[in-house]
Amino acid sequence: MRIPLSWLSEYVDIPADETPESIGERLVSVGLELEEILHIGNDNSGPIVVGHVLSIEELTEFKKPIRFCRVAVGAEHGHPDTPGERGIICGARNFAEGDLVVVALPGTVLTGGFAIASRETYGHISDGMICSERELGLGDEHSGIIVLAPGAAEVGADAYPVVGLGEVVLDVSVTPDMGFCLSMRGVARELAHQFGTQFRDPGTELVELPAPSDGEPHECAVEALDACDVFTLRTIVDFDPSAPSPIWMKRRLILSGMRPVSLAVDVTNYVMLETGQPLHAFDRGKLRGPIVVRHARSGESMETLDHVERELHPEDLLITDDRGGIGIAGIMGGLETEVDDNTTSIALEAAHFGSRGIARSSRRHKLSSEASRRYERGVDYMLAPYASARAAALLLAHGGGSYIGMNGVEAPHAPVRIPISADLPGRTAGTPIDRPTVVDRLRAVGATIRDDQAEPLLVEPPTWRPDLTDPADLVEEVLRLGGYDAIPSTLPKAPVGFGLTESQRARRRVGRALASAGYVEALSYPFVGDAEFDALNIPADDPRRNVLLLANPISDEQPGMRSTLLPGLVNTLRRNAGRGTTDIAVFEMGAVVHLRDGQAPRGVTDPPRPDVSGRPSDADLTTLESLLPDQPLHVGVALAGSRTPTGWWGAASESSWADAVEAARIVADAVGAELTVRSGATPAPWHPGRCAELVVDDVIVGYAGELSPRACDEAGLPRRTCAMELNLDVVIAHAQGVVTARGLSTFPVAKEDVALVVDASVPAQDVQNALAAGAGPLLESVRLFDVYSGDQVQAGKKSLAFALRFRAPDRTLNVEEVTAARTAAVEAAQTTFGAVLRS
Amino acid sequence: MSAPNKSYDPVEVADLSPEAIDAAVATALAAIAAASDLDSLKEARLAHSGDRSPLALANREIGALPPAAKAEAGKRVGEARGQVRAALEQRQVDLERERDERVLIDEAVDVTLPYARRPVGARHPLTTIQDRIADVFVAMGWEIAEGPEVEAEWHNFDALNIGPDHPARTMQDTFFVGTEDSGVVLRTHTSPVQIRSMLDRPLPIYVVCPGRVFRTDELDATHTPVFHQVEGLVVDEGITMADLKGTLDHFATAMFGPDARTRLRPSYFPFTEPSAELDLWFPGAKGGPRWIEWGGCGMVNPRVLDACGIDSARYSGFAFGMGIERTLMFRHDVTDMRDMVEGDVRFTLAFGQEV
Repeated sequence: MRIPLSWLSEYVDIPADETPESIGERLVSVGLELEEILHIGNDNSGPIVVGHVLSIEELTEFKKPIRFCRVAVGAEHGHPDTPGERGIICGARNFAEGDLVVVALPGTVLTGGFAIASRETYGHISDGMICSERELGLGDEHSGIIVLAPGAAEVGADAYPVVGLGEVVLDVSVTPDMGFCLSMRGVARELAHQFGTQFRDPGTELVELPAPSDGEPHECAVEALDACDVFTLRTIVDFDPSAPSPIWMKRRLILSGMRPVSLAVDVTNYVMLETGQPLHAFDRGKLRGPIVVRHARSGESMETLDHVERELHPEDLLITDDRGGIGIAGIMGGLETEVDDNTTSIALEAAHFGSRGIARSSRRHKLSSEASRRYERGVDYMLAPYASARAAALLLAHGGGSYIGMNGVEAPHAPVRIPISADLPGRTAGTPIDRPTVVDRLRAVGATIRDDQAEPLLVEPPTWRPDLTDPADLVEEVLRLGGYDAIPSTLPKAPVGFGLTESQRARRRVGRALASAGYVEALSYPFVGDAEFDALNIPADDPRRNVLLLANPISDEQPGMRSTLLPGLVNTLRRNAGRGTTDIAVFEMGAVVHLRDGQAPRGVTDPPRPDVSGRPSDADLTTLESLLPDQPLHVGVALAGSRTPTGWWGAASESSWADAVEAARIVADAVGAELTVRSGATPAPWHPGRCAELVVDDVIVGYAGELSPRACDEAGLPRRTCAMELNLDVVIAHAQGVVTARGLSTFPVAKEDVALVVDASVPAQDVQNALAAGAGPLLESVRLFDVYSGDQVQAGKKSLAFALRFRAPDRTLNVEEVTAARTAAVEAAQTTFGAVLRS
Repeated sequence: MSAPNKSYDPVEVADLSPEAIDAAVATALAAIAAASDLDSLKEARLAHSGDRSPLALANREIGALPPAAKAEAGKRVGEARGQVRAALEQRQVDLERERDERVLIDEAVDVTLPYARRPVGARHPLTTIQDRIADVFVAMGWEIAEGPEVEAEWHNFDALNIGPDHPARTMQDTFFVGTEDSGVVLRTHTSPVQIRSMLDRPLPIYVVCPGRVFRTDELDATHTPVFHQVEGLVVDEGITMADLKGTLDHFATAMFGPDARTRLRPSYFPFTEPSAELDLWFPGAKGGPRWIEWGGCGMVNPRVLDACGIDSARYSGFAFGMGIERTLMFRHDVTDMRDMVEGDVRFTLAFGQEV
């Protein structure tokens, strides 16, 4: 909303010491957002005056028609040789002898640095310039020069204030609850109570119209009173369609960001900006029969002013005549009944439509207009007849014609009274606000309170504030007018809390542990599509491709929500490689989305919508939850290139499957869960021979290892890129919880090493498990410290060397006990895996 | 003079004269002093203090002396041997110290060699700033509430007094799951977590809800379709807007230093009434301290309490929310949103372990 201060000051006295900046601050303090302070045409300087065209000499000998004009510019501005006059060459043709124009005299510098000087051109001395809007920086109009209305100003007067040069315009944005501020009327009211000055309300002052002439005003009826509770139609005949809008009106429209069109249209826009009431002028000559307001019928359509043929919906509210729709109520008029250059009879509509219906129709047709913006936010339901009288008066004053009268329909309005405890504003603010202050402020916003002393106070909100429905809304008005800065600062006394949850703490530990291990966190977008899955060789029937789909994804290429972190991790590696970071280890922790059994990728179409007047039933809440997919928290890593770089310490160590598996161990350790790593069936994109299944309490929680060479190639990653992903929620759920301390034995440890030869395919972990099982309770720990295959062992075999430590809690073990335990361990490995003790 | 009665092995008879002893001592001390390392000192010890050394031999002769001469010779030889032994010990100490000092020099390395053998990692600053925010409130006794990112429209809009015709509920702002009628959206703010907190938690409620949210904006320098917010919610008896202000002031101070403070401006949100825009006085702003738009806040709209089954006549509450990306951007002078979302490790590593 653009607010020219000179216009605003017609309705509120602005104290002399207020600046545009201070006025802007006051608007901010009452809840408007100040976007910008515009200084219009502020970069013109020098003498620009009102001129009177005395004579026009048409010069026809040039390529284009040119005029040499004698212009009266006032006694003190004339040329020394021609007192009070100047000769000026002009190419525009939209003016005649006798017109008032705007003249930039020599010495003027126009916007953009264009200096005006006396010069010879087209065989004459041109002693100034007759200006167009664009030349003055007032607007885009350049098809002709500015012609002022007769009597608009004295000849020779300073033209700056006449055309609005140096005008200051505040550009403010208006929150949805302050629709009344989409008008001079609303903004002036807010400033009046800020300044403590008089407010002159153009919305409650009924302009006097001439007594209706003979003739019947156009008829109207409302069939949908629930959606249109006020409808008025004033009729004017014998209107002069060629009458121009007055320059001051055009100026104000331009300053407000609107384009002047014609007198009839300009007047409706002008009064809308002034009062907030949208208006529409129909060409009465094009109407067929009475105007009826009703809902659209199915299959109906109409062409709106923007030349779009629109299919209508039975919820759309229409303005109709005998032919059907001639306007979508509150949004846009129809093309067929538009006023034009031949319109001599006008039917002027001013109405009140329900905000919800307008909002829905506006959304449905993706059509937003100045009118619909105001109706959506709520228009003063008392305003229509006042605003249309104002508009009719302007039409008659500037376009002639006769006023025939008004027809109208009004539904009864039940008065709204909001009960509010007089101390509620103070209790809400946290500082007392006395009753007289509360009452005064509510009255300042226009509310009616019949009994100051009533408890609760019964507050009738003003008709232009349909947003005021609850006591809390009134509290805001009281606090807003007092300024939020008046609210003190105190701290509420929170009860003692329990700090972070176990899960929250575990997640922090996981992040820190991975960071300490060299992984850098990356947060990727959760959107996926076929390309990502294809690149990872994940087959079409893989459950991970059964993703939740969005109705309106950012990109059609990525319509789904990720079911795995791998695409994001892969993308992060690739982007970093593209920027020169090829030795890299990254991690991500985030939710993935898994459809539950029976859930469709596109959800349901008939979800429950529990009422919000009270807590929904448990059944409703359960139904709402059942709409949602599983959203477990996953953690994943990806790494490529060198894990340790080449340096003075030796050669680089390349990141490998073992790093990925170790990352899983780091996560499990940080959580405090026991992780089992085993070989098993490995899905894409993993390298089948280099991927471990990650297991916690017999639940497969994820995978770690190398990506398959083909997946690496297709995903644009270097071969041997490694990754890990696991379901962190499950791991956290299996954390060991409170640890029970173990008593420490202080008796000596007995160490035994064994090397076992087994088939190369036997997993080391299984052999170790067998050793541990066989060794019995004296075994303190077992650790694999070497793996060997080569000349010293048979082909197809490998040698695994384990360090065993034995200790008893209550005594020093003797040689026989240790040997027996060691033998039992080896025998267990022999029995299970045919392991042979390597000599 | 006599000699031991060992005819088969005639032994040289040592000279016990004072001159001879002095000479032996002098020779020994010279040799000890000349020993430049522990090995040569060992040789000197053998030569001048060993069993075959002149003074040792002289000592043996004493027994053969007449009793009257024994005492005097014994004293003389004893003193001489003591002198040599002391010199040896002293030299031993000196040479060991020299050796130890030389080792420290010999073993010196170039400590300026690169030490970054194991590259360090880092958590993302968006994560660590959320932790920092959480810690501020946990220290006040609040708890951290969480909720799903794919959320029921009822929690995201309806319960928050955002009616079915509210402009935010269009595909221009909100990601809908499946179709616009599915009742499921990607949450557009963390406010549904407030609804969940009010439905699930016992009163009073003091929670903050950090998390990831979604709007249908294209990624550019100042927008991203996926971003983070933190919201706070208090529901208790007698909660006032002054409590909101005090909480925000404390939060601002904890995040931006003792000179930070906040300012409220009237605004509109469907789920709060009164509502306010929240400005932060940011002392560390680049180019000098100034007000920065930080977020929105207000008193929980009683209609929202009603929708969660909380007695709005007895309880009141406040809520506030701000963007994490925005906070990180002005706190750390990040000028391009894309740097935060693209996963370039150089961006993250620069922030170290915590922000």
